[in-house]
Amino acid sequence: MPEAAALELDGVDIRYGSVTAVRELTLRVGRSEIVGLIGPNGAGKSTTLHAIMGLLPVHQGEIRLNGQPLRRRSAESIARAGIALVPEGRRIFGDFTVEENLRLGLAARRRAYMGDPLAPAFELFPILQEFRRRQAGVLSGGQQQQLAIGRALVSRPDILLLDEPSLGLAPLAVDGIFKAFTEIRELGTTILLIEQRAQRTVALANRTHVLVGGELRMTLGPGDAENTQKIIAAYLAT
Amino acid sequence: MTILASIDLQTLGDAFGQGAIYALMAVGIGLVFGVLRLVNFAYGQLIMAGAYTLAYTSGWPVAASIVSCFAVVVALSLAMDRLVFRPLRSSSPAVMLVTTFAIAFLLQAVALIIDLRDGQLGQVASSIAPLNQAVSVGGVDVRKVTFVAVGVAVGALITLALVLTRTTIGLHTRAAASDFRTARLLGVRANRVIAFAVVVSGLLAGAVAVLLTVQNPFVQPDFALEDTIIVLVGVVVGGIDRLWTATLGGFAIGFVSVIVNAALPTDKTVFLPSVVYALVIVVLLLRPAGLFAWGRRAAVERV
Repeated sequence: MPEAAALELDGVDIRYGSVTAVRELTLRVGRSEIVGLIGPNGAGKSTTLHAIMGLLPVHQGEIRLNGQPLRRRSAESIARAGIALVPEGRRIFGDFTVEENLRLGLAARRRAYMGDPLAPAFELFPILQEFRRRQAGVLSGGQQQQLAIGRALVSRPDILLLDEPSLGLAPLAVDGIFKAFTEIRELGTTILLIEQRAQRTVALANRTHVLVGGELRMTLGPGDAENTQKIIAAYLAT
Repeated sequence: MTILASIDLQTLGDAFGQGAIYALMAVGIGLVFGVLRLVNFAYGQLIMAGAYTLAYTSGWPVAASIVSCFAVVVALSLAMDRLVFRPLRSSSPAVMLVTTFAIAFLLQAVALIIDLRDGQLGQVASSIAPLNQAVSVGGVDVRKVTFVAVGVAVGALITLALVLTRTTIGLHTRAAASDFRTARLLGVRANRVIAFAVVVSGLLAGAVAVLLTVQNPFVQPDFALEDTIIVLVGVVVGGIDRLWTATLGGFAIGFVSVIVNAALPTDKTVFLPSVVYALVIVVLLLRPAGLFAWGRRAAVERV
């Protein structure tokens, strides 16, 4: 019997009314792994993350955190159970200071730790410490994404869910956050990464699942990153 | 020039007092709107309940009377949230607004039933009336309650500003008012934040009940009803989506009402609401986002 995965989706169906958005999705994210989830727009990637966070009901199947089912729990209680979401579009509070945004992340912290509670964010992204008194809304897009990731990390979650974190970022900023993902994994946090940048995601993640039309089509390993034909074929397969 | 001539220092003092009371009401309405997206039309009935409490406890020591006023208003405010707002939290704003109308009329009817037990409409809150006496400041007669109102308003607003900016519950409340869904995704407890806003809003209603009862000790079921309507208008004129613009809107409409009232000839004061609402229409035509909504940055997509 293998150790319980950090996060498990087991035959999950998610519906909007009578429309099935995700069908029999089964995937497993082991401890300290990065698992990628890629696929075309409308494939059900964000829907899956919303269901994990309790924003959408799971019609069938089960989602488990560290072996425990997350049934009918609110988003706030799932956040406090150890799953942190970096939402699409970052959703930082632009009128608040950088420090206030980070302190909001502490709402989901399960216990107190020694030292500066914001250290997990500052160690990964020193610029946040330098700009801690600035208004978050004036940061660049890349810095705002760092802030959104840092805000999720200060709760010291077991699992970090990222919804298209590279969307709309300059190439240099994308490099920065992908480098951060590797460091976050090394620190022992598990990552489920949703991305449009297929090739980079495949290269980074332990496994990358391709979701098309609400169903898993293919699973790719880091070795497939250079195999552009295979990735394109996975997207186009109907 | 007749308008300016009619505005003496006494009027200015009254205008500040009225503005301060309306600002407190605006904060109470704005706080709950921030976290629930609910315009609580029944806010005036919280104040009315506090005023009746003051009237019925007139025989008590003043401090005990005021404490019981606060207790009744906060308890009623919490009960309103628990019994009505919470079950309707996912309903549309229109449903919630109409529901608060229903609560307002229900509470007025209940007040009428309680009030009429002695066969007479209205109760007199006599114990705190001495605050309405005037004191002479540099030759100008100013009612004591004006100082109390301005002092209470300034103190309450500073305290609230400190709580909102310096404490964790304040941070969570501001986050919930700005983007509730994201706040919850970060683990902010919705019920705790809402309870905080409801209690603070109730405390403010209690303070307003005391101040309004001093000015008008004759308490009837429609007590504070007209004030609430005027403040709601002021809050919208100021900009309801921000607490400080809503507060300024409340202050402005209270201040302007007194000034206009003084400027109108004595036999024309019946037109006060017409003049005030005409000003409101002009403001909304010129600044639809709210009188004080300047300098607001449009959300900029950053790359």
